[in-house]
Amino acid sequence: MPGKLKVKIVAGRHLPVMDRASDLTDAFVEVKFGNTTFKTDVYLKSLNPQWNSEWFKFEVDDEDLQDEPLQITVLDHDTYSANDAIGKVYIDIDPLLYSEAATVISGWFPIYDTIHGIRGEINVVVKVDLFNDLNRFRQSSCGVKFFCTTSIPKCYRAVIIHGFVEELVVNEDPEYQWIDRIRTPRASNEARQRLISLMSGELQRKIGLKVLEMRGNAVVGYLQCFDLEGESGLVVRAIGTACTLDKLSSPAAFLPACNSPSKEMKEIPFNEDPNPNTHSSGPSTPLKNQTYSFSPSKSYSRQSSSSDTDLSLTPKTGMGSGSAGKEGGPFKALLRQQTQSALEQRGGSPHRFCRRREFPFFTLTAFPPGFLVHVGGVVSARSVKLLDRIHNPAFVGIMGNTRSYKLLDWNSFNSDEPETRDAWWAEIRQEIKSHAKALGCHAVVGYSESTSICEEVCILSASGTAAVLNPRFLQDGTVEGCLEQRLDENLPTCCGFCHIPYDELNMPFPAHLTYCYNCRKQKVPDVLFTTIDLPTDATVIGKGCLIQARLCRLKKKAQAEANATAISNLLPFMEYEVHTQLMNKLKLKGMNALFGLRIQITVGENMLMGLASATGVYLAALPTPGGIQIAGKTPNDGSYEQHISHMQKKINDTIAKNKELYEINPPEISEEIIGSPIPEPRQRSRLLRSQSESSDEVTELDLSHGKKDAFVLEIDDTDAMEDVHSLLTDVPPPSGFYSCNTEIMPGINNWTSEIQMFTSVRVIRLSSLNLTNQALNKNFNDLCENLLKSLYFKLRSMIPCCLCHVNFTVSLPEDELIQVTVTAVAITFDKNQALQTTKTHVEKSLQRASTDNEELLQFPLELCSDSLPSHPFPPAKEHLESASSNSGIPAAQRATSVDYSSFADRCSSWIELIKLKAQTIRRGSIKTTVTVEKASPMAEGNFRSRSAPPCANSTVGVVKMTPLSFIPGAKITKYLGIINMFFIRETTSLREEGGVSGFLHAFIAEVFAIVRAHVAALGGNAVVSYIMKQCVFMENPNKNQAQCLINVSGDAVVFVRESDLEVVSTQQPTATCQPSCTGEVTT
Amino acid sequence: MTSELDIFVGNTTLIDEDVYRLWLDGYSVSDAVALRVRSGILEQTGATAAVLQSDTMDHYRTFNMLERLLHAPPKLLHQLIFQIPPSRQALLIERYYAFDEAFVREVLGKKLSKGTKKDLDDISTKTSITLKSCRRQFDNFKRVFKVVEEMRGSLVDNIQQHFLLSDRLARDYAAIVFFANNRFETGKKKLQYLSFGDFAFCAELMIQNWTLGAVDSHVDDMDMDLDKEFLQDLKELKVLVADKDLLDLHKSLVCTALRGKLGVFSEMETNFKNLSRGLVNVAAKLTHNKDVRDLFVDLVEKFVEPCRSDHWPLNDVRLFLNQYSASVHSLDGFRHQALWDRYMGTLRGCLLRLYHD
Repeated sequence: MPGKLKVKIVAGRHLPVMDRASDLTDAFVEVKFGNTTFKTDVYLKSLNPQWNSEWFKFEVDDEDLQDEPLQITVLDHDTYSANDAIGKVYIDIDPLLYSEAATVISGWFPIYDTIHGIRGEINVVVKVDLFNDLNRFRQSSCGVKFFCTTSIPKCYRAVIIHGFVEELVVNEDPEYQWIDRIRTPRASNEARQRLISLMSGELQRKIGLKVLEMRGNAVVGYLQCFDLEGESGLVVRAIGTACTLDKLSSPAAFLPACNSPSKEMKEIPFNEDPNPNTHSSGPSTPLKNQTYSFSPSKSYSRQSSSSDTDLSLTPKTGMGSGSAGKEGGPFKALLRQQTQSALEQRGGSPHRFCRRREFPFFTLTAFPPGFLVHVGGVVSARSVKLLDRIHNPAFVGIMGNTRSYKLLDWNSFNSDEPETRDAWWAEIRQEIKSHAKALGCHAVVGYSESTSICEEVCILSASGTAAVLNPRFLQDGTVEGCLEQRLDENLPTCCGFCHIPYDELNMPFPAHLTYCYNCRKQKVPDVLFTTIDLPTDATVIGKGCLIQARLCRLKKKAQAEANATAISNLLPFMEYEVHTQLMNKLKLKGMNALFGLRIQITVGENMLMGLASATGVYLAALPTPGGIQIAGKTPNDGSYEQHISHMQKKINDTIAKNKELYEINPPEISEEIIGSPIPEPRQRSRLLRSQSESSDEVTELDLSHGKKDAFVLEIDDTDAMEDVHSLLTDVPPPSGFYSCNTEIMPGINNWTSEIQMFTSVRVIRLSSLNLTNQALNKNFNDLCENLLKSLYFKLRSMIPCCLCHVNFTVSLPEDELIQVTVTAVAITFDKNQALQTTKTHVEKSLQRASTDNEELLQFPLELCSDSLPSHPFPPAKEHLESASSNSGIPAAQRATSVDYSSFADRCSSWIELIKLKAQTIRRGSIKTTVTVEKASPMAEGNFRSRSAPPCANSTVGVVKMTPLSFIPGAKITKYLGIINMFFIRETTSLREEGGVSGFLHAFIAEVFAIVRAHVAALGGNAVVSYIMKQCVFMENPNKNQAQCLINVSGDAVVFVRESDLEVVSTQQPTATCQPSCTGEVTT
Repeated sequence: MTSELDIFVGNTTLIDEDVYRLWLDGYSVSDAVALRVRSGILEQTGATAAVLQSDTMDHYRTFNMLERLLHAPPKLLHQLIFQIPPSRQALLIERYYAFDEAFVREVLGKKLSKGTKKDLDDISTKTSITLKSCRRQFDNFKRVFKVVEEMRGSLVDNIQQHFLLSDRLARDYAAIVFFANNRFETGKKKLQYLSFGDFAFCAELMIQNWTLGAVDSHVDDMDMDLDKEFLQDLKELKVLVADKDLLDLHKSLVCTALRGKLGVFSEMETNFKNLSRGLVNVAAKLTHNKDVRDLFVDLVEKFVEPCRSDHWPLNDVRLFLNQYSASVHSLDGFRHQALWDRYMGTLRGCLLRLYHD
C-alpha cells in the first residue's frame, strides 16, 4: 500500500443549465480512482457551485497510481429520473509521482463531454503521499521521468545515455465491440478515452520499468502513438531513449529537507560507470570487416539499392506482406528469449548488453556536444502488413462477465497472437539496424516509427539517421566493435559529423566523395540527408528553408492480400520519386544538406500519398551543389531545343535567386585542393556485386541514377515536364518569412520572445472523375502550397518571423478526401541582428553557459517559499500565513504569479484598473474577517480557500505552447511532467455547430484549452515539445454527424523570462532578508 | 478540388481588427472578402483571393464562437477556451459594445422590447446599417438594461463591473438605459438636430441630480428612476410664474443684473415671462409620466426654439440662465430654494448643451 491519493473538489463555474425550468443546475461530483468512488454533496440551484469538499482519500498501489487516471465526473442531480452527466475531467497523476516535478495539482479544469465539448470548469486539488517502497520486485516505476523533448532537457545534464526503450500494449477497441450497438455514443467514447488513458499509463509504467532495468532514471524523446486498427483492435506503442539525467546544480544543496529522501536517492545518477572502457574491451576491428561480416543478405542488398544519399528502400514484396503475420515467428521467439533473460538477470550479465545492442537506436534529434561523431545518412524501412483480429479468448471472457475494460497486458496472456505487432516492429528495427551497419554506423539517431492504416492494410515505417556516436556517453560497451580509430584523431568539431563513417573504398552505395571543405582531411559526401536537428556546432552558410516533396499515386481498390501486394509494389516507386524530388528541390535552393527529414507514406482506399518534409541548409563542410541540367530525349527539333534551353535558363535563374534569398555565398575554393572524387570503377563493381546477390528481390531499384549525373533531369514525356514545372512553381515564402521543420532555423539566432503555436487542418474533396496521377499530384501540391500561403498571410503581423518545426501530416479519411494537418510555431526574430556570424553565436552561448550557473543559484532560493521546512530562518507569522494559503490554494497564488507580464503590450487599459479596484475591495473584506477569526488559524485557512475561486478569477494565466524544446528569450527552470492526452469529440448536430469546420475548430480550441488548464494546474506556464500526434476526423454529413479523435503530448514546464531573471536576482537579497529580520523581532 | 474543411487554430487566438470590424458591421463573409480585396490587402501581402476567403472564414468562425462569451464579458476573462491577451480582450469587448450614432438616435428612449425589434428592419433601411449590426446593437442595449435594471449602486459602476466597458462607453450605456427606462421622447422632428452626445450629457446630469440615487444610495434602481417625490415637489415652483409679483420681481432682478451684458437684452426682456413660464411649467408638469417623456420636446419648444429664433448667442444664454437661477435666491417670498437649485442646476446644464443648431 505505497501511496495515498488525496482529492478535494473545491468549486465549479460556468456550468451549463441542466434544469430548463429554473435555468439552474443541481450539481454534484463523483471522484473515481480505480474501483473506489466518492461523491460530493449536491449543491442546489447554482451554475457556480461551491462544494468545498473534504479530502477524498484513496489508498492505492503505486502501480495503479501510474496506470489509472483520476476520473472526475460532474453530474446534475435529478430526484425522479437518472442523474444527467455534465462532463468529465481525467487527471493524469503521474507528474506527482516523482519528486522534482509538481507537488500538487490544483486549478480549474474544463469539464469535458464528448458530445457537447467543454461545459464549464471545476476547481480540483490533488495530492499524493508516496511511501517508501522497498520491494525490489515491484511492478511500478515511479520516479522515472518522461520527456517528450528529443534532446537533453534544458536544466539537466546527461550522465549516461543508455539507449532505446520500446513497449506496446494491445486491446480490443471498445468502439468495435458488440456492446457498442446498444450503448450511447457518449458511453462508447468515454469507454474509449478511459481505455486509452489506462493503456498509456500502463505503457509508460512498463517503459519505466525497462529504464530502471537499465539503471537509468529518465526517458527522453518519449513518443507514444495509437494505432486505431478498427476491427482488429487498438495498439498503443511507445519508443524513447533511456538516460541517466542529473539536474544541473542540484537543488539538494539548497534544499536539504526534501519531501521524501528515498525518492531523492533514486535521482542520484549511477555514475559508477560513466567511462566505459570501450577502447580496450572491444576488439578494435577495422570497420571494413564489420561491414562485410554483417550477414542478412536481404537487408544488405536493399541497402545497396539506396541512392547516394542513403535513402534506403525496404518495401516488402507481395509474398511477404500477405503472410507476414506468421512469418515473424522464429525471430520473435529469439527476441522474447532475450528480453526474458534480460528481465531475469538484473545484474550486469552479458545478456543485458545483448539486448541493448539489439537496437542501438536513439529517439533524440539533438545531442550534447561531442556526442555525435559521424553521420552516415538516412536509413528507413517500411513494411506492409495485413491486420488480423487480435484474438484473445481470455479477454472475451472478462468482457462478457463484467463489462468493464480490464486492461490487457499481453505478457500475462499465453496467446501468441498479440505478439504479432511486437514482432512486426522488431523486424523493421532489425532492418534499420542492418542498414545502419551497412553505412558503417553502429547507431541510429533521430529514430522514429509510424503507421498508416486503411481498412485491414497497415504500413509500418521506421526511419532514422545512421550515426557513429561517442561512446563516452553510452553506458557500456554497446558500441565497442564499431569504434573507429579515427576517433583518436583530433577532428575539428564543426565538420566532424559530416565526414563519412563508411570506408571510402567499399562504399555501400555510389557517392561523390570529396575532401571536407572545412578541414580538408576527411572525405565528405556531396549531399547529406538526416532526420536529426542541425548540430549546434555545425557551420552553415546562409539560411535554411523548408523543402517538401509531395506525391500521389493512384491504386486500384482491392481486398486484403491483393491490396497489400499492390501497395508493396507501389512503395519503391514512391520512395524513389520522393527522393528525386527532394534532391532536385535541394539543388534548386542551392543547398547541400537536409535535416529533420520526415517521409510520410499514407495509404488510402484508392491511392497512396507521400509527403517528405525537411529543412535544407548549406553546410560549409560539404561541396557546392551542382546545378540541374535538363536534357531532351528528342534532339534535332529546333523548337523543342529552344524550349529546353528556356527551361534551363529558368532553372538557373531560380537557383541564383534562391542563393541570394537564403544568403548562400560560400567562399570560392579552387578544385585542386579538394581532390578528385573516388575512382569510379571500384564503385561500379561493388554495386554490381550487390545486385547479383539480391536477385530474389522483385523490386530492385537503383536510386543512384545509374551512370548519369544524379541531377540531370531528362524530359522525355509529359510526366517529366510536369516535374520540372512543379519544381519551378514552388513559391518561396513572402519576404520577412522563413520556414523550417527543425527546432530552429539555421542562420537565425536572435529570436525575440513572441511565439504563436497553431494547428491548421484542411480537407479537400477530389472530383472523382478521371483522376490521373498528374491531376492528383497537382491537387495535392496546391493543397500544401495554399496551406502554407494561408499561414504566411495569417501570421503576417509577426514579420519578421520564422515558422519552426512545421509538421505536416497527411491522411486519407475517405475515398476522395485528402486531409492535411499542420502544426508549427511562428517565432519572431530581430531583423537588425539577423546577420550575426556564427562566431558571435558561439561566444554568446559560451557566455550563456557561464551565466547559467549564476541563474541556477538564484532559482533554488525561489523554491524556498515552496517548501517551508527547509527555510533557514524561523518564519514570521505573516510568512507562515502566506505559505499555508499557498499550499491550500496554490491555484490562486499561481494565477497571480503567472500573469500576463510576458506580453510586450502590457495592458495598461481599464480592464486592469477594474480588476485592481475589485481586488482592493475584496482585500478590504478579507481584512475584516481576519481580525474576527484571528483566534483560530484553521478557520482562517478555510476562509481563504473558500474565497479562492473568486480571487483567482482575476485573470487566466497564460500558458504558452510550442513544438520546440525551448522558449525563446526564456529559461526553463523546471519540468513538471509529461502531458499525454487523448480526446474524442462527436456530434449529431454538425450543421448547427457550424459544419465540419466549425466543429473541428471548436474541438481543437478545446483541446488546447484543456492542455493549458492541466499545465497551469501543475503550476506550469508552458508546454514544450508539444505535438499533435493524431487528428482522425470522420464525417457523415448526410446523418449530420461527425467524430474526431485527437492525441496530443508535450512536456509541462515552468519558464522564467531572461529579463525577469535579472530582476529576480536584484530583488532576491531583500526578499530573503525580510523574513529573517521579522523573525528576529518575534523571537 | 473543393475545400471541405479549412481551419486555423492558434494557441493565442488571432484577432484581426479589420475583420472584426467587418463582422461587427454585419457583413457576410463574401461581402467582407470583397471589402478586404478593395482595401488593397492582396497587393500589400501578395496573397490570393482564396487565401483571403479562408482567412475571413476563420476569423468569422472565431468571432461567432466568441460572441456567446461577449454577451457576458466577465466570462470572456475567465473562460479557458480562447487564450487572448488582456489588451485584446478589452478591444473585443469595447468594440462589441460600441454602437453607431445613427442607430442609437433611432432607438434612444424607446422601450427595448420585442415590438421595437420589429422596427429594426426599418431602422436598418433608414440608417443603411446592416440588420445584423442593428440587432447586435439593440441586443446589447437590452442586455445591459436587463442586467443592471434592478441593481443597487451607481449605474455606471454596475455597467462597468458587469460588462467591463471603458468609462466613456459605460457612461453612454448608462444614458441609454436611463433613457429607455424613462422613455424620453427623442425621435420628434424638432429633436433631430440633437446628437446622442447631447442626450447622454443630459442623462448624466439627471442621473446625478434627479434620481433616487442622488439622495439615497441604498435603494434598488436608484439611478434608473427619477425621484418621484422630487417630481411631485416641483409643483411648488409654479408660484414663480403664478404669483405676478414674484414673476415681476424675478424679471427685474435678472434684467438689472444683465443690463449691458447681454447682446440680446431687449429680446430677453420681452421674452422673459414666456421663457420663465415655459421653464417653470415644464417642472410643474413632470408629475405625469407622459410629460416626463416629453421633457426634451418641451425644453426645445419652450426655451431653445424661442431663443434661437431671436439669435441668442450661446454665451448670452449662459449668462441669462445663470442669472435666472441665481436671482431666485433673492426672492424673499419664495421658500423652495433647495428644490429650485436641484431642478434648475440640472436644467441649466441641459439647456446649454441643447442650445445649438
